[in-house]
Amino acid sequence: MATIIQRRKAASLNPLKSSAPLGAALAYLGIEKGIPLFHGAQGCTSFALVLSVRHFKEAIPLQTTAMDEVATVLGGASNLEEALLTLVRRMKPGFIGVATTALVETRGEDSEGDLRLIMERNPELAETKVVLASTPDYAGALEEGWASATTAIINSLVEPWSPSIRAFQQINVLPGVHQTPADIEALREIIESFGFYPVILPDISYSLDGHIAESWVPTSLGGTSLSEIANMARAVHTIAIGEHMRAPADTLTAVTGVPATVFPTLTGLEPSDRLVSLLARLSLRPVPGRLRRQRAQLVDAMLDGHFHFGGKRVAIAADPDLLFSLAQFFSGMGASIVTAIASTGGNRSLQHIPVETVVVGDLVDLEDGAAQAGADLLVTHSHGRQAAARLGVPLMRVGFPIFDRLGVSHEETVGYRGTRSLIFRVANQFLDESHACGPEDFESAIPAPVIITEEGRHASGTFATH
Amino acid sequence: MAESLNAKITALFDEPGCNTNVAKGEKARKKGCSKPLQPGAAAGGCAFDGAKIALQPITDVVHLVHGPLACEGNGWDNRHAASSGPTLYRIGATTDITETDIIMGNGEKRLYRAMREVVERYAPPAIFVYSTCVTALIGDDINAVCRHATEKFGIPCIPVNAPGFVGSKNLGNKLAGEALLDHVIGTMEPEVTTPTDINILGDYNLSGELWQVKPLLEQLGIRLNACITGDARYREVATAHRARVNMMVCSTALINVARKMEERWGIPYFEGSFYGISDTSEALRTLARLLVAQGADAGLIVRAENLIEAEEKRAWSRLDAYRSRLAGKRVLLYTGGVKSWSIVSALQEMGMVIVSTSVRKSTDNDKQKIKDLMGGDAHMVNSIPPREMYAQLRRGDADILLSGGRTQFVALKARTPWLDINQERHHAFAGYDGMVTLVRQLDASLSNPVWKDVRRLAPWEQEDGETGFDDEGVPALVPIG
Repeated sequence: MATIIQRRKAASLNPLKSSAPLGAALAYLGIEKGIPLFHGAQGCTSFALVLSVRHFKEAIPLQTTAMDEVATVLGGASNLEEALLTLVRRMKPGFIGVATTALVETRGEDSEGDLRLIMERNPELAETKVVLASTPDYAGALEEGWASATTAIINSLVEPWSPSIRAFQQINVLPGVHQTPADIEALREIIESFGFYPVILPDISYSLDGHIAESWVPTSLGGTSLSEIANMARAVHTIAIGEHMRAPADTLTAVTGVPATVFPTLTGLEPSDRLVSLLARLSLRPVPGRLRRQRAQLVDAMLDGHFHFGGKRVAIAADPDLLFSLAQFFSGMGASIVTAIASTGGNRSLQHIPVETVVVGDLVDLEDGAAQAGADLLVTHSHGRQAAARLGVPLMRVGFPIFDRLGVSHEETVGYRGTRSLIFRVANQFLDESHACGPEDFESAIPAPVIITEEGRHASGTFATH
Repeated sequence: MAESLNAKITALFDEPGCNTNVAKGEKARKKGCSKPLQPGAAAGGCAFDGAKIALQPITDVVHLVHGPLACEGNGWDNRHAASSGPTLYRIGATTDITETDIIMGNGEKRLYRAMREVVERYAPPAIFVYSTCVTALIGDDINAVCRHATEKFGIPCIPVNAPGFVGSKNLGNKLAGEALLDHVIGTMEPEVTTPTDINILGDYNLSGELWQVKPLLEQLGIRLNACITGDARYREVATAHRARVNMMVCSTALINVARKMEERWGIPYFEGSFYGISDTSEALRTLARLLVAQGADAGLIVRAENLIEAEEKRAWSRLDAYRSRLAGKRVLLYTGGVKSWSIVSALQEMGMVIVSTSVRKSTDNDKQKIKDLMGGDAHMVNSIPPREMYAQLRRGDADILLSGGRTQFVALKARTPWLDINQERHHAFAGYDGMVTLVRQLDASLSNPVWKDVRRLAPWEQEDGETGFDDEGVPALVPIG
């Protein structure tokens, strides 16, 4: 059991966190014809927008209620109303996801109530589904925002179970914020290979994967369709990934009665086995040959790769579930986690990280920890580049944001195939660092000086004391 | 919001140095120049963003943001303001206040403790402290905390009051300028001064552009006392009041600083630009003239003319190779920044054609604007909705889009070359050298074989006939000028 240390520092230096509303926006982008809307000052949106564009290298349709000084004093309800009407008029979205920011939350506005009144008095909004999640910037980070938005979508848009609903060969998937479009695509393939129809909420695999569309689309480029969301009660099972998706999974179970399994991680042989055997059990089908082959390839990759992981000292900083997943992966391959920094402290997976202490902190904590422990590898998002340069230690980029690498959406880390490619990625990074040996590498082979002071006795003491 | 901040903003909107403002009637002037934002259709940063942009390039200090995580956490280390030495400015420092801090009213205490931690860890020559929406709303008095901290720590702690909700990025620039005027400029004396000391206001050394200009100044014996704030050290900014001339480069962003420095210390200022060949020459010429008027050696004017002649010649000869490759290519220049329009004449000189939305439906005022553009004086083009721009580019109305990051994907998704000319760009485009870089980049982009390949339909699409895109009612882009 890891001890979780909440730092007492007043300053966050080189923040690890991205804000909760940003997490909510990413979730909303996984809904078909969706637009995320931040309820706050326009800067909140601008920063989140720029960061997301730098990460995904895609146009991100993120909007703002643009609260000014008057709205800050008098309340933002009319801004919310105007923003919704403007968006519907200009972009004709099917879905608008509202994320509150610290500004409206500090004012203590009843945004839920405001939204209800706005929807009632504006018939032109009737065709658009509008969902609101409370995501003040001062609480939580990406995971909390993503999970709150998903819960809000479930509460507002999933039709509760009723006797008229027919069960269908459907599996619901609630991916975590740390899953890439490639991860989601891989899960879809795995689930489909058992004859199931996956409904993935939120589904960023088509909206944020980076592809060229045939015309200009002002909303999200793809995502879960509203009718699929409405019909989630038809599924035989729900799979949630990451501890932060437990609350949305519980909500979905409460609404639909569909049982759920939360996978703390889907990276690694054992977690992948658990997923595949669950699907085999539910489908009453044998495991397809393709997956068996992928498993065999993963086992081989683990054998080839373990040479390069064994004894390596790894420092990781990430959002809790990603941290947990990576720490399990690295230690499972023989590396030791010398520093583990989490962005927030509320996630129950943190205590199961294979380290003595997990610090809830920032990238300066990562840098200090890595320096002290003599880490061989830093694992965090792109902002770790300054620390990596100062320490002269290689950086492996994971999570959000990754703005100085291309192809981030296509990095796959779940299932047999994803784990295999992760092993190769890391092992190759270690291989880059390996160097040809010289005499200076073998100082410990030089015999200790032997000084004879008198016959039969060594300078260092008598034999009796050994 | 504090009374003093309100008063400050009102005063900023009544800027006698601003021609637009002076031209307004009494009533219009009182309203200020902030355009109301439309919820659901607003784009751009807030006042805090603007303040941070203007001050962050001071390289040897720590910039500490007092607010919840998003203000700094979602935006730090995101621009390419380059430093020739210190790296302290790249640290993302924030109080990351929590719900408890807000409820218990612990904000000011947390800020003070955060400042102490910063001093203990980094020992910076100064700390800039930024207020944000939430900390302004809960009434945290960063002025008082900074005053107290300045005494306790013995280093200047500068409060920057520009919470996001007060207005736009541009207002934030000006509020940052006020912070410099109130707390920094004139607080130290330089060790040496020369009759050719100048300051540049509003250049942030993005991608190192200052270093494309500095050698020109050095060649003329003009000493850059302080660039406010590109690649600046705290001390340089603090001693900026001893310069002889201020050159203001980023349009009106820091006009309040220029005017007040003239009032307080009698430093004349002018608005100039280092973008484009003729603008660069004009800026050097004006600098020389004003310095001589301030008592510098009269030979400076001749030296400037000689340098201008030689450098213009060198630049054009370097550009010559591209002339035949670029002639006739149509450029859609889409930016609000006046400085970017100053490259127009150079592009035209290369034989390129600037295109814009059809002027047929435009008002007289708009037409006048476009005419003015060619003189480098207009600030805005008509905004083009993304759907229309996509259709125009897809249709082939222009060969390349020059714009900022916001419209990047409109061009790329329409399979059209795009070149970043806003702050986030990775290339330096200043001075004579920068124009050569710009043209080289234009050529590299336009001549890339990838465009032909990505525009080709897939074989099965060719069989089906071209897949349509909606360009109904979209006005054509037509050459202007």
